[in-house]
Amino acid sequence: MIINFINMNGYGIYVFSAFIFTLINFAGLYFIVRSQLKKEQQKFAKEFSKLDEQKAFEANKQNINKEILLTGTFSKT
Amino acid sequence: MGLFNQSKIFLLTNKYQKFILIFFLLVLSVGLLEALFLSPQDYLQGDSVRIMYVHVPSAWISLGIFSLIAFLSILVFIFKNRNLIIIAKSFAPSGFVFTLIALVTGSIWGKPTWGTWWAWDARITTMLILGLFYLMYLLAWRIFEDRNSVVKITSLISIIGAINIPIIKFSVDWWNTLHQPSSIKILSDSSIHEAMLLPLIIMTAAFALFSLLIFLMKYNTELIKIKTKGLNRL
Repeated sequence: MIINFINMNGYGIYVFSAFIFTLINFAGLYFIVRSQLKKEQQKFAKEFSKLDEQKAFEANKQNINKEILLTGTFSKT
Repeated sequence: MGLFNQSKIFLLTNKYQKFILIFFLLVLSVGLLEALFLSPQDYLQGDSVRIMYVHVPSAWISLGIFSLIAFLSILVFIFKNRNLIIIAKSFAPSGFVFTLIALVTGSIWGKPTWGTWWAWDARITTMLILGLFYLMYLLAWRIFEDRNSVVKITSLISIIGAINIPIIKFSVDWWNTLHQPSSIKILSDSSIHEAMLLPLIIMTAAFALFSLLIFLMKYNTELIKIKTKGLNRL
């Protein structure tokens, strides 16, 4: 039954190639974009840590800056 | 434009990314189950018809995203809103990948159906042109450093490229092509059986969720880049 499913009457190689290509592209794009996001978050945190107290206070007035520092892609970095 | 407040959008997108990822994986799982196991074979194409469930949604979404980028680019020219530029730019990577998927899976489907991997048929050629426009759009963002120039160039690429969208859509009606005319019509009855329409809709929903997820992540990346530059200016 499994062999019949994989074979798909001779079309299995085409069907699974198409599905696997799609899923590999999804995974690839997801991990590339995720790593870019993390890299930018780290760069932001590094620049933020260089600020003196007064400038850090000013920067912290913006909610978005606090949010960038607090959150990773889905978790804290 | 309060609707395009960057801080609000960042907070929202950050909050919902995780939910969209989970929802995407759920919908994709159901879609794969329907597409590979539950949907019937085609009476002519047999099991090779299952390639349709990745090929057609990819093509639809790549066309939809490019149309959206072109529309946003027109708005950029009118309103000069910086956020619209970031939104357009953030949609491009997933649009390009969906075009690539549509071309490659179409080629794979072509072999058992038409007996060839590639043909310079009107639909395939215009899709390839769409892929080249996506590539030009993405490369322009990398090549040009002057902000004003890159916005103008990318907007022009997308607006000129949008001329190709109706050509892709109607290519099967205007010319004799290997592709069949549309089986799914919004304004009249579709010729596709509902047993095949259901997995097609589910897979389209899954792919749309994926492009939304990539958009949100890319949008946040772009926003953080801007905020990092802002820190340097404090």
